[in-house]
Amino acid sequence: MREIGFKEISDVVSAAIGECCYHLGDYAKCNIKRALEKETNALAKEVLRQIDDNASAAEEDNTPICQDTGIAVVFAEIGRDVHLSCDLYEAVNAGVKEAYDKFYLRKSVADPLTRINTKDNTPAVVHITLNSGDKIRLKIAPKGAGSENMSKVAMLNPSDGKEGIKKFVVDTVKVAGGRPCPPLYIGVGIGGDLEKCCILAKEALLRSDLSVDPAIRELEREIKEELNKTNIGPMGLGGDTTCFDVFINTFPCHIASLPVAVNIQCHANRHIEVEI
Amino acid sequence: MIDVSELKAGQTIYLTGTIYTARDAAHGRLKALLDAGEKSPVDFEGKFIYYAGPTPERPGRPIGAIGPTTSSRMDSFISYMPSLKVAGMIGKGDRSDKVIEACKKYKMVYLLATGGAGALLARCVKSSKVVAFDDLGCEAIRELTVENFPVIVAYDTLGGNIFQRTK
Repeated sequence: MREIGFKEISDVVSAAIGECCYHLGDYAKCNIKRALEKETNALAKEVLRQIDDNASAAEEDNTPICQDTGIAVVFAEIGRDVHLSCDLYEAVNAGVKEAYDKFYLRKSVADPLTRINTKDNTPAVVHITLNSGDKIRLKIAPKGAGSENMSKVAMLNPSDGKEGIKKFVVDTVKVAGGRPCPPLYIGVGIGGDLEKCCILAKEALLRSDLSVDPAIRELEREIKEELNKTNIGPMGLGGDTTCFDVFINTFPCHIASLPVAVNIQCHANRHIEVEI
Repeated sequence: MIDVSELKAGQTIYLTGTIYTARDAAHGRLKALLDAGEKSPVDFEGKFIYYAGPTPERPGRPIGAIGPTTSSRMDSFISYMPSLKVAGMIGKGDRSDKVIEACKKYKMVYLLATGGAGALLARCVKSSKVVAFDDLGCEAIRELTVENFPVIVAYDTLGGNIFQRTK
């Protein structure tokens, strides 16, 4: 048994959020630079140049990458040999509260009906799973609403199959157009039930590598290729670069169901993984 | 600031002068005031409304990150724009046909700033102050003095629409 306490968790959460709101990961930076080289549309190139310059401006000026510093989404994998001497939700929320103050981040969380701001960006959206070991692994993403708002879920028929899934993803991105700040990352959850496929899609967005399953990896590539033929382009102004990557997570589902969730992420792909 | 009737969809321009931020909550407040027959707390005549809610500024700095938010959420307020005599709006993404029509009819333009370039755009903001609805925090109306703020004309006064080709 390893004891993990309140402050250990809240400190790590706070630092992680600060890090990803100011420093775009190498993986996301490389995608932007590669697209800038390959893009053939002049206006798209100019937009990509601004997006590329923005990542450097954020670091040089100590300004957040984007003003929408999101709602904090936290996937916590807790080792079975960990003894928590605190309430995990409270510790995570304390870290969120600290980060949004300390790092001058925008507090964007409100009551859904009264729209009154909670004023500290809490509560975070927390998903907990258990695994082996004596550590806590946290995957954290400050998720912006521009892209989240264009996300969709569909309960397809099993007979719709792979083609139906592809069509749903492509149609969702087409309807979104320039609104979710393309070039995009697309998280796709396939299977489970209504809520499971949404969680799969969100967790897929926290990956930086294609699937290890060859069949899934192929589907990820196929959908990405389709999306880059749409001519939506950076900020919806046309061009070759609509999607940087598609990440698919799957889970078995009922014989009568084919749930599919499409979670959209903008080019400012902010996420981080830390271990306690 | 600029003669909007000369602008054409697809053109890149650089704004210098005064613009005002207003997003979801500020539009809701403005609508309530105007519906009640009261005056807008801010004189928007000839100015641009920027759909944006910045991060808090660090001490000694004029502003935090300040990129555009999705404009289509403000489409339902478009009928209030002519009475406020705005020159136009700045945001991101395409909008409904009634916005395109209003731009044509009332000689307004809709401009795009690059979404997710909030740190870069902050460099063009030289000063900033809250001028209305302070209690709305990041959604308050701010007066911004901008210099060479880069925007692309999306809808012009003749019905030109940069998103046409993708539709």
